[in-house]
Amino acid sequence: MSAASPETGYNFAYLDEGTKRMIRRAILKAIAIPGYQVPFASREMPMPYGWGTGGVQVTAAILGRADVLKVIDQGSDDTTNAVSIRAFFARTADVAVTTRTREATVIQTRHRIPEAPLHEGQVLVYQVPIPEPLRFLEPRETETRQLHALAEYGLMHVKLYEDIARHGHIATTYAYPVEVAGRYVMDPSPTPKFDNPKMDDSPALQLFGAGREKRIYAVPPYTRVRSLDFEDHPFRVQRFDRPCALCGAEGVYLDEVLLDDAGERMFVCSDTDHCEERRAEGHVGEEAAHA
Amino acid sequence: MYVAVKGGEAAIANAHRLLARTRRGDVDVPELAVAQIREQMALLVDRVMTEGSLHDPDLAALALKQSRGDLIEAVFLVRAYRTTLPRFGASEPVETGAMTLHRRISATYKDLPGGQVLGPTFDYTHRLIDFALAAEGEAPVAAESEPLPDAAHAPRVTDLLGNDGLIEPSAPDDGTPPGDLTREPLDFPADRALRLQALARGDEGFVLALGYSTQRGYGRTHPFVGEIRVGSVAVEFVPEELGFPVPLGEVALTECQMVNQFHGSAEVPPQFTRGYGLAFGQSERKAMAMALVDRALRAEELGEPVGAPAQDQEFVLAHCDALQATGFVEHLKLPHYVDFQAELELVRRLRAEHAARRAAPETEMKEAAE
Amino acid sequence: MARGSMLARGFADPVHDAQGVFRAVMDALARPGTIRPLVPVLAPPAPLTAELAAVALALADSDAALWLDAALARSQAVTDFLRFHTGARITEDPAEAAFALISDAAACPDFGAFAQGTPAYPDRSATLVLAVSDLSDRAGWRLDGPGIRGSARLAASPLPSDVLDRLARNHAGFPQGIDLIFAAAGRLAALPRSTRVATGD
Repeated sequence: MSAASPETGYNFAYLDEGTKRMIRRAILKAIAIPGYQVPFASREMPMPYGWGTGGVQVTAAILGRADVLKVIDQGSDDTTNAVSIRAFFARTADVAVTTRTREATVIQTRHRIPEAPLHEGQVLVYQVPIPEPLRFLEPRETETRQLHALAEYGLMHVKLYEDIARHGHIATTYAYPVEVAGRYVMDPSPTPKFDNPKMDDSPALQLFGAGREKRIYAVPPYTRVRSLDFEDHPFRVQRFDRPCALCGAEGVYLDEVLLDDAGERMFVCSDTDHCEERRAEGHVGEEAAHA
Repeated sequence: MYVAVKGGEAAIANAHRLLARTRRGDVDVPELAVAQIREQMALLVDRVMTEGSLHDPDLAALALKQSRGDLIEAVFLVRAYRTTLPRFGASEPVETGAMTLHRRISATYKDLPGGQVLGPTFDYTHRLIDFALAAEGEAPVAAESEPLPDAAHAPRVTDLLGNDGLIEPSAPDDGTPPGDLTREPLDFPADRALRLQALARGDEGFVLALGYSTQRGYGRTHPFVGEIRVGSVAVEFVPEELGFPVPLGEVALTECQMVNQFHGSAEVPPQFTRGYGLAFGQSERKAMAMALVDRALRAEELGEPVGAPAQDQEFVLAHCDALQATGFVEHLKLPHYVDFQAELELVRRLRAEHAARRAAPETEMKEAAE
Repeated sequence: MARGSMLARGFADPVHDAQGVFRAVMDALARPGTIRPLVPVLAPPAPLTAELAAVALALADSDAALWLDAALARSQAVTDFLRFHTGARITEDPAEAAFALISDAAACPDFGAFAQGTPAYPDRSATLVLAVSDLSDRAGWRLDGPGIRGSARLAASPLPSDVLDRLARNHAGFPQGIDLIFAAAGRLAALPRSTRVATGD
């Protein structure tokens, strides 16, 4: 049964076939029940909990020889953990890897959704630390499971409304809760709420893996994903009052980079692939123009 | 000038090389052999095996060497390795009553069949640094080993109490195989077998603190150490094709049976109840703490009020695993700048609005808050 | 292994064949109404079709029991084949099955006989794999719901005459319910419980 590679001594994509089947069955139920968290027997991976073990297990379970894998962390292909996970799959599954969003068939991400629109046939795999959107309002799993069963989400609305009363705004800026297909309230993983609209009606399949918390959930393509809000306080995303300093992109998520200890800073694309592609096309930002 | 950060790959490779060198330390000092760790850091090896859920002293010793002595990192290496091992089946339950004893003490009886056997213990040592050990090459003192009791004549204290009906009977074996924490997602409420698995794998420090808290009144259980026994037991396996048990070898274990008070209920006459702890090797502190927490977690089943942390199975089971805890705590050092940027933007906006409100006349306040 | 040598072969490449079948099922379930190719690589004993066998071998094992319809359960060759290649328990109680293999789709038992999940755990529910002879995405029912851009069409036959009512009831029970995979020669489509199914006219 084993297809252990002589180089690594481990099965294709590291996981044994029994574990893959278990994860695959969980993924299928997750897709059939959008936004519902399916418990799965998360395995101990050779990387720490919190480093993306859930995402890695989902990716390992779906990956095939024909896939092209992209891994990002904070929007970037070159952050250390993204490099590490990409290297793990290049070694254990020998799949093609890319930094190009449009070329990838499977994209594993932590904290961002790429700026370039995703297309049909792509799978976006999110690394999730705390999958339960109600966890910080109710720490008990037995309680939150009941709340989901009853579709009782009043608690969440109360929390958001208390923000408004206190700050004049909903003070949740990332991991902003969404309602999926009109039923389950779901944690979108700690992406900035800027990315929430990209989840709605996406042509790509979105899979979420939480290793430590042992949950898998999914949003099928072309599924309504609504960020929770109120009529008098509609959902709004962050807006940056300047374009990317390197490629001049507007309407994208920016990283703030400190340049010196006098408060000098610049804002650049968080999605490094998007930025590079734009610059290759000849787009020039303020800083790049001066350089 | 800002340069797009490239070079994560090179940075990681460099870090790995540095780690390898740092791990080795001063090359003028002889390298530790795995066997030295196994033999001379045996209690550490036992702890790695216990929390790693794998009985393999050589592997645990190697993991300690590789991890520079970082205990949790060593447990991690062992667990990650364990996950990849094929499973041929489950052994027969080990018979701790037939243990070859190295140590056996009871706090509930002055003397008992089989006797009290102190064995190798720190219990009555004076904790004075022994500078003679620093001189190395010490000649081991030939110890007069205590006569080991014949296992057949050292019955478990709980069995002696059980003969008189003074302690609750163990739940009868109904043949249902126990669940496996490492193969199925944990579901609450978890049964006792799963709770014991979690506690056995749990971080010794965390379980110890919880056990301690029950002694200080957070879920008091009136414990007595019925017995602690340390020794080795035979592991047997029944191959499908043979249909009878064949011995696989021996494992060293520490078992603690805690005897706890219970006042009885309308149906049950007053009798003692059990708290159970089991760990690989000589791991008394762990086995004792585990037994205390096991008993505390049975509060609901025994009709006792539940409120203390050690009685709350969701709290205990969700937080006792050192790998899960360390992973999630330490993951905070991964980059979070995207989310931090989102928070920065909000805080700056709120501050701007706050400043505007203070500057603006009363009538404009509401508008500013929008 | 002596017994195995008398059986029809399993996947020639267990790792990658299983992955291919899973991805076809995953894509079909994620996009209800779309038809996915499934290259038949198995030659199981009749009346088990290559596609039913492929789904079973890819997804069933000792942790996921199989239920077989009467036509399949009758055949010792079929049960031997499935037991040997999946290691799955074959149960006579449809409510215990993770996957139900149904070769005579027109005689499919009532969906209610299979595990529906609970309100707290709707995932603890069955997936039905039905062998059909015709499968088309250009005619038939009108589908909408998650995974569907606007609306989609799907026709599968043969199926029970009251299948539309059954599908409607199944969807009405969301999030509980069962999920269906329709497998024809060389291709498959799926209908998760989240899909609303209406007549095409």
